[in-house]
Amino acid sequence: MICSQTLQLLHFMRFWKYSTPQNFYPAAKKIAAVFFVLAICFGIPGLYVGFFVAPTDHQQGEAYRIIFIHVPAAWMSMFIYVVMAFWAAVGLILNTRLSSMLAQALAPTGALMTFLALWTGAFWGRPTWGTWWVWDARLTSELVLLFLYVGFMALRASIEDPRRADKASAILAIVGVVNVPIIYFSVKWWNTLHQGASVSLTKAPSMASDMLLGMLLMALSFWMYSIAVSMLRVRKIIRDRERNSGWLNN
Amino acid sequence: MDWGSLQNFIDMGGYGLYVWGSYLVTLLAIAIETFSLREP
Amino acid sequence: MRSRSVFLAVLLREFKISLTQKTDIATIFFFFLIVASLFPFAVGPDIGSLRAVGPGVVWVAALLSSLLALHRMFESDFIDGSLEQFLLSGEPLVLVVVSKIFAHWLITTLPIVILSPFVGMQFGLSAEASWTMALTLLIGTPVLSLLGSVGAALTLGVRSGAALTALLILPLYIPVLIFGVGGTVASLQGMETIGHFSILLAFLCLSLALCPLATSAAVKIALE
Repeated sequence: MICSQTLQLLHFMRFWKYSTPQNFYPAAKKIAAVFFVLAICFGIPGLYVGFFVAPTDHQQGEAYRIIFIHVPAAWMSMFIYVVMAFWAAVGLILNTRLSSMLAQALAPTGALMTFLALWTGAFWGRPTWGTWWVWDARLTSELVLLFLYVGFMALRASIEDPRRADKASAILAIVGVVNVPIIYFSVKWWNTLHQGASVSLTKAPSMASDMLLGMLLMALSFWMYSIAVSMLRVRKIIRDRERNSGWLNN
Repeated sequence: MDWGSLQNFIDMGGYGLYVWGSYLVTLLAIAIETFSLREP
Repeated sequence: MRSRSVFLAVLLREFKISLTQKTDIATIFFFFLIVASLFPFAVGPDIGSLRAVGPGVVWVAALLSSLLALHRMFESDFIDGSLEQFLLSGEPLVLVVVSKIFAHWLITTLPIVILSPFVGMQFGLSAEASWTMALTLLIGTPVLSLLGSVGAALTLGVRSGAALTALLILPLYIPVLIFGVGGTVASLQGMETIGHFSILLAFLCLSLALCPLATSAAVKIALE
């Protein structure tokens, strides 16, 4: 009942018109512009709260301020993977080119977020735990997530036919998304078994409300940025893959 | 949060290398990503 | 044809083909032995340290051997057109795929599972721990074959297929590795292993239910 009404509304809004690369191409530019602005609108207050409102932490001093990048990047890395798998699955099931292009566009940004989560995790771990790397459950899972992203991009890159690449990488993404929770819980179990009752590296002790606010603002900023940059990338992909279509030469 | 001076801000209570090492790499990554997607 | 006869027909075919490729299969088996033997050279002959790394080493060696053997699953049938014939035959591809995976596991990995307790004892594992390890491998390596089949099917006919397959599926192997080694180590320390085996069996059920579907979808994509 609700489903058919939503579909009617989308039809009324001419939503489905945007499901072709040709129609989506100009819309993506506008979306990118809007979301870049939104990223800055959340980012500047977020950084302000992070550096000028949130107080010094009792245990970690100023080092904890890395959390305002680390946690948003980690959240985005996981979120983008799920969204990427979703669009890849849609492209596989409905045989729509644009959905697969969107998945293709999301992967590098997701991988970048994963890298940032790992980098900032290492830089946070060095002063607080003494080593550049710890086999903490979250960091290890992030590392595995990076491998999943790289695998997705590598598979795409090694298949020459773009449609076959779309479908094959969709299967990989679906298998990956099913496995991510399994991998996470396995690594978590493995970690507690070997490390005992050590505090998780990524848990900021006693989250003051200012810290939480800063983190949420930065998370929103990262989210807006990811959308904006993915829109630009999907435009690049459309230009690349549709270059033999007549409409692109206008 | 009153830092007192710019030097204190940069110093980050002794953790300057780590905090700015994180933020600057992030900024660099974002800059590279955005610039690589510049439209001709 | 009835499902069981399709399954058995493909299984029989795989056995007959493997008889002509005995050297290839034996190579994989000896690869396992060599990789496992490499570690004492790296770690030192002290039986205490070998016992500490033993379960992990044997499991990783088995895992890598399983990975190495993956190209045998679909590659030659893809190249000579047999895979396409399977698709065109009208029999459910999923059934053919399950049969191929099972045959692959029986031929390339089961010998490794059978030999593993003896390798375990070389690493100073107690008899009980060695048999536990063999059991974890018995349940875990089919999961590796099932997961690996997805990777093998996705990279059919793709350049740098072997390295790419490894990159794609090694992350997925991690949970199996964790609980396979975990169960062995628990047994070594005299602790309960029922939890580990339950989870390994769960992995087996899940992968048996889902992987053949993914693999046959991937095969169809490769044959388009």
